[in-house]
Amino acid sequence: MNRSFNKSQSLRFFDCNAVEVKSKFGAEFRRFSLDRYKPGKFEDFYKLILHIHHISNMDVMIGYADVHGDLLPINNDDNFFKAVSSANPLLRVFIQRQEEVDFCNFGTSTLTRKKKVLVTLRNDNLRRRPHLNISMPHDFRPVSSIIDVDILPETHRRVRLYRHGCEKPLGFYIRDGTSVRVTSQGLEKVPGIFISRMVPGGLAESTGLLAVNDEVLEVNGIEVAGKTLDQVTDMMIANSHNLIITVKPANQRNNIIRSSRMSGSSGQSTDSTASHHSLPSSHAEQNFHPDEMESDEETDIVIEGALEPQHISKTPSLPSSSLSRVNGTTFSHRLQRDLTLNNSSRESNGNLHKLLSSLKSDPRHSLVIPRGGIEEDGTVITL
Amino acid sequence: MKRFLRSGHDQARERLKQDLFKFNKTVEHGFPHQPSALGYSPSLRIMAIGTRSGAIKLYGAPGVEFMGLHRENNAVVQIHFLPGQCQLITLLDDNSLHLWTLNQRDGVSELHEEKFSTLRGPPGAAPSATQITVILPHSSQELLYLGTESGNVFVEKLPSFQILEDRTISTEAVLQWLPKDAQHCRAFEMVEALQEHPQDPTQVLIGYSRGLIIIWDLQNSRVLHHFLSSQQLENVCWQRDGGCIVSCHYDGSYCQWKVSSEVQHPEPLQSRVPYGPYPCKAISKIFWLRTRKGLPYIIFQGGMPRASYGDRHSISVIHGNQETAFDFTSRIIDFTVLTEADADFDEPYAMVVLAEEELVVIDLKTVGWPVLQAPYLASLHCSAITCSHHVSSISLKLWERIIAAGNKQNSHYSSMVWPIDGGTSLAPDPPQRDLLLTGHEDGTVRFWDASGVCLRLLYKLSTARVFLTDTDPNDNLNALGEDEWPPLRKVGSFDPYSDDPRLGIQKIFLCKYSGYLAVAGTAGQVLVLELNDEEAEQVVDHAEANLLQDQEGYRWKGHERLRARQGPICFEPGFQPFILVQCQPPAVVTSLALHSEWKLVAFGTSHGFGLFDHQQKRQVFVKCTLHPSDQLAMEGPLSRVKSLKKSLRQSFRRMSRSRASGRKRRVAGNSGELQELNARAERAGLQNMELAPVQRKIEARSAEDSFTGFVRTLYFADTYLRDSSCHCPSLWVGTNGGTVYAFSLRVPPPDRRMEDPVRAEQAKEIQLMHRAPVIGILVLDGRGLPLPEPLEAAHDLSKSPDMQGSHQLLVVSEEQFKVFTLPKVSAKLKLKLTALEGSRVRRVSVAHFGSCKAEEYGEHHLTVLTNLGDVQVVSLPFLKPQVRYGCIRKEDVSGIASCVFTKYGQGFYLISPSEFERFSLSTKWLVEPRCLVDTADTKNHYSAHNGSGVKRILNRARNSESLGDGGGVLKEIQSTLEGDRGSYGEWSSQQVAVGRRHNGGGR
Repeated sequence: MNRSFNKSQSLRFFDCNAVEVKSKFGAEFRRFSLDRYKPGKFEDFYKLILHIHHISNMDVMIGYADVHGDLLPINNDDNFFKAVSSANPLLRVFIQRQEEVDFCNFGTSTLTRKKKVLVTLRNDNLRRRPHLNISMPHDFRPVSSIIDVDILPETHRRVRLYRHGCEKPLGFYIRDGTSVRVTSQGLEKVPGIFISRMVPGGLAESTGLLAVNDEVLEVNGIEVAGKTLDQVTDMMIANSHNLIITVKPANQRNNIIRSSRMSGSSGQSTDSTASHHSLPSSHAEQNFHPDEMESDEETDIVIEGALEPQHISKTPSLPSSSLSRVNGTTFSHRLQRDLTLNNSSRESNGNLHKLLSSLKSDPRHSLVIPRGGIEEDGTVITL
Repeated sequence: MKRFLRSGHDQARERLKQDLFKFNKTVEHGFPHQPSALGYSPSLRIMAIGTRSGAIKLYGAPGVEFMGLHRENNAVVQIHFLPGQCQLITLLDDNSLHLWTLNQRDGVSELHEEKFSTLRGPPGAAPSATQITVILPHSSQELLYLGTESGNVFVEKLPSFQILEDRTISTEAVLQWLPKDAQHCRAFEMVEALQEHPQDPTQVLIGYSRGLIIIWDLQNSRVLHHFLSSQQLENVCWQRDGGCIVSCHYDGSYCQWKVSSEVQHPEPLQSRVPYGPYPCKAISKIFWLRTRKGLPYIIFQGGMPRASYGDRHSISVIHGNQETAFDFTSRIIDFTVLTEADADFDEPYAMVVLAEEELVVIDLKTVGWPVLQAPYLASLHCSAITCSHHVSSISLKLWERIIAAGNKQNSHYSSMVWPIDGGTSLAPDPPQRDLLLTGHEDGTVRFWDASGVCLRLLYKLSTARVFLTDTDPNDNLNALGEDEWPPLRKVGSFDPYSDDPRLGIQKIFLCKYSGYLAVAGTAGQVLVLELNDEEAEQVVDHAEANLLQDQEGYRWKGHERLRARQGPICFEPGFQPFILVQCQPPAVVTSLALHSEWKLVAFGTSHGFGLFDHQQKRQVFVKCTLHPSDQLAMEGPLSRVKSLKKSLRQSFRRMSRSRASGRKRRVAGNSGELQELNARAERAGLQNMELAPVQRKIEARSAEDSFTGFVRTLYFADTYLRDSSCHCPSLWVGTNGGTVYAFSLRVPPPDRRMEDPVRAEQAKEIQLMHRAPVIGILVLDGRGLPLPEPLEAAHDLSKSPDMQGSHQLLVVSEEQFKVFTLPKVSAKLKLKLTALEGSRVRRVSVAHFGSCKAEEYGEHHLTVLTNLGDVQVVSLPFLKPQVRYGCIRKEDVSGIASCVFTKYGQGFYLISPSEFERFSLSTKWLVEPRCLVDTADTKNHYSAHNGSGVKRILNRARNSESLGDGGGVLKEIQSTLEGDRGSYGEWSSQQVAVGRRHNGGGR
């Protein structure tokens, strides 16, 4: 029954192709082995796990501890292969019931605690295979990400802050200052904009990607050079629903080492809680484009009339995965298409305050609005 | 691909833009802020006014205006026209002399600064030795006599400003001609008066502040006469025939002296303290003007009894037994008397008084000495301006009715033709009649003729009569008894003290077709008025609009609402109110719209908005826009609170910045490296910035922000609101929180208008996600043109709108422009402003731009003013930025707040509390002074000295250069659009490379 199951300790030494697997579900452990180079398909592995732990009628999430002790998910062929091939020597697999997944521990460093860290589920593979069911996207919300690593100098960092549905304030302050530039005439002092303060508990602080005295170079692709503090403030506030700021961090020691992205590990970037797996450069370029920025456009809420009955409907027909990532153009175009398909069948009216409050209390509600042929995504309302 | 379209400019479009748009600041209307000097040229009949900011402005006949600005921002202290020439000399408070000339170019005169110089004394002399106190341009046209603080009189040659040292009249030279008894009292000190003999150019009179007056023979360099007064000298007037001089003194007295060589120790013929016997203030200037009929005019400034009237700003005129002390509401800067002088007589006919806040001209020919109505230099701020509204192309009929109403108010003015009439205006007649309406703090609305160069008051409407205020309007300050002494008479209209600030006008809306006017004020009052040519006694219908409706728990902490006067009220001809709606709570009205065809008026405050049917005199509905958490809105009148807070914050910021820089300098000064530091001064700005702890919070707007319910804009439109098959009247409302409400209205047909009620039903509600304040709403018809104003099409003045094609809705928020389709509101187009450049829209208006090349061609566009003070033109309906010009300094918050656009691409904004700057974005509609001044053009008046203490002559010119050249600006816009980037070293080169790669891909 148990394929490749071998309890022998010695196997590890004699058969270098085999990987010993220790899987834990609740209080129970199971041990078995896999072929390091031909581990098979994730689907088969998932079935195997269910089988050996005698799990039935429930969804589970499979995670493993990587070399750094971070808890990473196994939910597709790629990361399954990665997990097996990087096991050194033992592959520790943790199984959790879907509904019991403890999100509170995510994003915290756990080397000192139980290894229960899930660093990222926002994998770029998604872009290529959106049909895959990757974890439960609606259970997460992106709060920030580092983007365009491959096109920026290493000394700079482009950070995206997602305000959507987030109760936290953005929470930082900027100030005027001077910055030293290298020019043909030697060093030159030029005016610059700097982050002056972080609001404790604010979104900016919680990301760990921005710090006091970081110099702000761009806001949503527009250089701030030559702009006044008030102008930059207004630009940031106008873009606050999807703020992308390029900074030159004051602390240059935590910079991303370029080569590390090939490893696919997040361990090198201590600041980062976000994905920066190898972005295909074409996507990165598009991110950089001011035109494409509009794909992150907000949608206005329109309420027709005030007399008809109100209801708010979710949009189960939308592939839930499509809302999980809004960071990428190809993606939002797809979303747009989805929305276009959907909206024709949806008509509803509602009280604005109700809609707004529901929107606020539960950011995960996806609502769709009649649309008029421009790009839009993010939180939308059904009418 | 979009990027390619943007970068590749359409040549034809660029050419067309040049035919359509051009930015010019054309003329300044109103009264110069902080005037500091007055000059007048009797030969040119032109008046000059200098200001504390270094501007000089020349005014002649209506339409003849010139302006010049000294490079230094120093106050102009004195202005003197050179006799018989188109030139004038200005003295600034840094003791520099400037020579200005009116040159002719292309048949138009222009004012240019020719030369400037500073009087330099011998090395080592005290600065006071050369501090100029009086200037005398000699009638020889070549010499300038300069009296100084040291008592010396220097002579300079014109136009070179070369000092003729051998001609200097030093105190020592004067001393040696004086008898012993005159020598002993330190008679000199500064020169207070310097005058040329009215008939004999070889004699000049010098008055010293200690009381000594001498007459100096220029040819023989000797004292001809001397007069010694016991009182400190203020000024001197030499009578027309040269036989008599009049001096005025610090103790409020004046003395008359006979010029005669027989007497060794002359005593005054007459010495008088006109307002004695109690101590009086100084008489600072005096005129003694002879007339053919015998009795002289004695005109002097000051001299009031110190204790009881010491605070008055007065000029007294005495002619026989007629005696009046004109009492001005602001400080008198200077005055002069216009005369028809010949060899023996002065024959004064008018007195020109420059007070700090207004110009007053008094007719001395007409009995009672009435005031003349000035065709320019209107005192816009006689009560503080609180709002303004511009109406273009007024029909002749309405125009004449307004003027007729105004004439009845102006019956107390003199009928004398405006006496300052030098120069010829060459400007073409204005193409249309434009009205500028200003609302004031005292509850008045002033109607100005804004068609041409001269902003002229046509009519004044007062709304105070409708209300009961603390002060009774009958309690007139002028009601002084006949036998009052001194015989004070209040003149001038400047009255900065408002009886009740709640009367202040905040919004004005005039329908030029029907003559309906709506005004709204600080205490939530909305008045609807109708033009009536007759006086009428009528009851004003009174209604209350409770905007809070069923909202609980709010308490209004602001002012009370105004109490309306009960019963019939008598109204003078003009606009007469018939409806009063008072908002509850009585917060300032923030938005107002009137639809004269549907007979509806809509109004909004920080709490909500309402619609009133002024035909049936019935409220249609009200709606509360308050957000439940918005406590601030309840605090009281917001109009001031917010701006005050802001300005306080700004001034603190400025203070901390300057303090920071001061500190820096002092520290370095201690180390004795001042020189080196100065060399680095240019870079100091940057260092200061480093020290200034200015920071800004970055926080998304949320629904809880205060003032989200503040109604910013109201708009009536006949459009497709509910479905695309039938259009209906609608009301659109935009709030500070980015919400747009649309109501469909049912207005009964005309025959049922009085019976059936107007109904309103909310049809749509749009919440802009970026939540920026909505400042403009506009519906575009099927051709993409803005819907015409109510009654515009009915009067055949506009093509009727295209109701076949689909309509579009344009919502302008502070941050972006967005076009939606109608009736289904879905976004179609947008133009982001703030997100891309950090500027915010402050004002937006639709304007028609005509081409200067093709007569019929024209386009409708949006004119936009941003918080950075830029004006932009954004095309309709595609929202493409066309041109952009810097117009107002971004620190000039009140200037930006006061800007109004006209319907033909012009605009006005306040450059000071009393002055509107007029600018034009259009090549076709340009109102600017074009005028000619010629020395030969002396009219029929003989140029003469009036023998007064101050002789002033002016010349003047103005340059109305366009500020930016179109090419440069276009380039700038282009670069903004293309995201042209500055250099960032390595960083920038990478970006450029990326951009190029992408372009390649697009191809």
